[in-house]
Formats: sequence, structure tokens, C-alpha cells
Amino acid sequence: MPAKNDSEKCCYCGGCVGVCPAGAITLEETRIVIDESKCINCGACVKICPVGAMKLEKE
Amino acid sequence: MQEFDAIIVGAGPAGLAAARKLAEAKMNVICLEKKQEIGVPKRCAEGLGGGWFERLGIKPDKRWAVREIEGAALYAPSGKKLELRFGKTAGYVLERRVFEKELAKQAVNAGAKIRVKHPVTSAVRENGKVKIEAGVRGDEEEYSAPLVLACDGVETQTARMLGLNTVNKLNDIDSGYQYEMAGIDYEGDDLINLFFGEDGTTEGTAKSYLDKFVESHPGLKQGSIVEVNAGAVPVGGFLDDMTADNLLVAGDAAHHVNPIHGGGIGLAMEGARIASDIAIGAHNAGDYSHKFLQKYNPIWYEKRGNQLKSILKRRHLFESLSDENLETLVNSLTGDDVLKIAEGELIESAKIVGKKLIKYPGLTKIMLKYLK
Ligand SMILES: Cc1cc2nc3c(=O)[nH]c(=O)nc-3n(C[C@H](O)[C@H](O)[C@H](O)COP(=O)(O)OP(=O)(O)OC[C@H]3O[C@@H](n4cnc5c(N)ncnc54)[C@H](O)[C@@H]3O)c2cc1C
Ligand code: SF4
Ligand code: SF4
Repeated sequence: MPAKNDSEKCCYCGGCVGVCPAGAITLEETRIVIDESKCINCGACVKICPVGAMKLEKE
Repeated sequence: MQEFDAIIVGAGPAGLAAARKLAEAKMNVICLEKKQEIGVPKRCAEGLGGGWFERLGIKPDKRWAVREIEGAALYAPSGKKLELRFGKTAGYVLERRVFEKELAKQAVNAGAKIRVKHPVTSAVRENGKVKIEAGVRGDEEEYSAPLVLACDGVETQTARMLGLNTVNKLNDIDSGYQYEMAGIDYEGDDLINLFFGEDGTTEGTAKSYLDKFVESHPGLKQGSIVEVNAGAVPVGGFLDDMTADNLLVAGDAAHHVNPIHGGGIGLAMEGARIASDIAIGAHNAGDYSHKFLQKYNPIWYEKRGNQLKSILKRRHLFESLSDENLETLVNSLTGDDVLKIAEGELIESAKIVGKKLIKYPGLTKIMLKYLK
């Protein structure tokens, strides 16, 4: 399962965008958009997120 | 299609410094910014070292340089502290919203154009130029220029769109979380208080560490949080090449950040100014090739990049110290000693370590390994 963003927790800081090796994440002004077809499930976005707003869900 | 001599992506300190410089050189330049307001929301603690004002030729102004910093207090895990007083103003706390608007005004007065709420969504090369699409969905406009300056911060995608990989590796990026608080009780009001410990942040989020920290300090716990900021800080992973055909990268996008304290405002402006010098040269020569633009790299490294590399080694040193080592350092060194070591003065640092830490051979060995 690709990464998921919790929009309640997210502070829209762009950290996850900066580490995503697949270029799968876009930060619009107050919205994180994940291109599920690009995500390679590497977990980098989960590790960098200062507030725990990114999750990789197991199938 | 709107034609320009150069397009700058991002209106942070880097983009705004570049916009002003290129406009002053009579280049037709536009700065495209995603956010709807320049400087807001900030992802920053807004500290700027005193030296930067001189280096960048700007005067602190009460409207945005709102508070003076006199020095720093370093706390070991036991709570014992070491004070660093600089004898003159060590820096200022900025109001970035006001500061960046001022930078924007200066750029516009020099002749630059700025567009907010214009996220860049695509950049492709076409007939020796770069075609950029920017604007809110459904309302995008096309822009074209032979030169693009990617100043789009930590989340930069512009360079990647033009074939230059600037992705941050996890080891080279810090996860940051901060509270602005009111009603706290802390001594040393005019100092930056820095707390050290070996308890690194590999488990749990930055937020959970900060909450734990506030909870365990009564002077902080009694206060109220009036603003929350989060962000990631590139603290290493320097790029050997910050250019490609038609492209220069500066600021956070090029990882221009101090690897020890994460300060990047001054470095972003300095990097952007150097990149602008190259852009002006390319414009005059009509040469936007990678070969021409890559002159930027050695100039940056000579002026600042090499110093950042040696500061990065100091960071690795701090990270390798145990709580016990930190106590020994606070007990053995003076504020002055610490300043010299942190600034990366090699011979001075080795002398200090040799003299003051002679009773602690284990720690001396670690220190000398990283000071080399
Ligand atoms: C929590 C935290 C605390 C910090 N504290 C300090 C401090 O005390 N002192 C200090 O000196 N530094 C500090 N920094 C670092 C400092 O904030 C940055 O180094 C500095 O802002 C870098 O400037 P910049 O212009 O390169 O990038 P930014 O200021 O990030 O500006 C980049 C701009 O590009 C825009 N952008 C991004 N993508 C696009 C797109 N596709 N299209 C259009 N626009 C786009 C963004 O919206 C943004 O406005 C801190 C950082 C964090 C995260
Ligand atoms: S790193 Fe976390 S808080 Fe920051 S934008 Fe990504 S999901 Fe949101
Ligand atoms: S899991 Fe990896 S590839 Fe997927 S969005 Fe996160 S950082 Fe990108």
C-alpha cells in the first residue's frame, strides 16, 4: 500500500516532499497529494515527518 | 507565453535576493511563488547571526529585526551550563513575514516581477529555453526563459524536472518542530538556550521529543503555545554540481544550510547572490549551457561551501558524544573554547583539546578524529 497522509496532523512543511526519492509527493498550499502509482513504499516520508502524519499501511 | 530573461522559482530569502540582483542588472526577471503570502507560514526560528548583516550589506531594522541575541547558553544533560557571551550583538530574532516582504519590495523596486499563488507545476526545455507552467489548477499560465533559478526550498522539484537530482537523503536532513510560547519562565532572556544530549531522535517524532522536553521543564510547562511550526532542514548532503543546462540552484534547494545549527537564511541569500552573478554573466554572454553555468560550483565552495563541509564534520563529532562526554566538556571548556571549535578553526581547536582534555584520553581521541 502506498504512503498515506493524515491531513489533520499534517503541518504542510514539505519535509516529506524533500526526501521522497520517487517524486511521488506534491505539497499544494494546504494539501499533500500522493501519486500512488509513483510511490515505492520506501518509508522515507514516514521517517522525516516531524508530527507522524505519514503512514505506510500494510496490505 | 510570457518571455523573460530569467525565471526564479520560489520567493523565500534565496529567490528574493536573486530577483533583486538580476533586476538591478537590468534583466527582465519574474519570481513565481506557490504560497499566497510571502513569508507566511514560516518554517523557521528566525534567528540570524550578526555577521550576516555585514556580509549581505543589510542594516537591521526594528520593523523586522525585533530582538537582539547576546549569546548562547549550552546545557549538558545534567542541567549544568556554559555561557557564550560575544561582547557585541550576536544576532537578531527576525520577524520573517516583515523581513521577506521588505526583500520583495526591494526586488520589485529594482524592476523584478513577483507572482504569488503561482505554483510551478512543470518545467521542460524547448529550443534552448525552459517552458514553465505555473498557477492554480485550471488557471495555469506559460512562461519561458533561457535561465531558471531554482530557489524553491526544501521541497524543491524544479531542479528534478530539469534533470538534476537534489533529493535529500535521510541522514542529511533534520526533522524540525517548534513552538512559539508565551508565559514561560526562563533565565538568560537574551541568550539562545541550547540543550544537548545523546538521546538522538531515531525513534518517535520531533513533536513527541519536543513535548517531552516541555513537559520536563517547569518554566516551559507553565506557558502557552501560541504558534506551531514544522519543517525539515537539509544539514548536509552538499551537491557537487548545482547546475545543469539553463539551471542554477540556490538556498535550501541546494542544501545551503549550516549543518550544526540549521541556519539557512543568510546562506540562502549568499548562495542566490553568487548564482545571480553567474546568471548575469550567462545573460551577457548569451551562453546558458551547463558548461558555462557550472562555474558557480567552485565559487560557492571556495567562498562558503568548503567551510560548511568542515562544519559538517563538527556536527558528526557532536553526534558521537555520549552524555558523559558532554558533562566532561561543560566542566572542562570555556564558552570561548566551544566557539572556536564550532567555527572550525583547526589548529586552535586541536590546541584547546590537547590542553584542556588531557585527563580524558578517550574523549580526546574522539575529538581529534573529527577535528582532522
Ligand atoms: C523549524 C525550522 C527552524 C529554522 N530556524 C532557522 C533559524 O532560526 N535561522 C535560520 O537562518 N534558518 C532557520 N531555518 C532554515 C531556514 O528557514 C531556511 O534555510 C531558509 O528559509 C531557506 O531559504 P530559501 O529561500 O532557500 O527557501 P524557503 O524559505 O523555503 O523558500 C522557498 C520558497 O519556494 C516556494 N516554492 C516551493 N515549491 C514551489 C513551486 N513548485 N512553485 C513556486 N514556489 C515554490 C515555497 O513556497 C517557498 O516560499 C529553519 C528551518 C526550519 C524548518
Ligand atoms: S513531513 Fe509530515 S507534516 Fe510535513 S508536509 Fe509531510 S506529512 Fe505534512
Ligand atoms: S513511501 Fe517513499 S516513495 Fe512513497 S511517498 Fe513516501 S517517500 Fe515517496
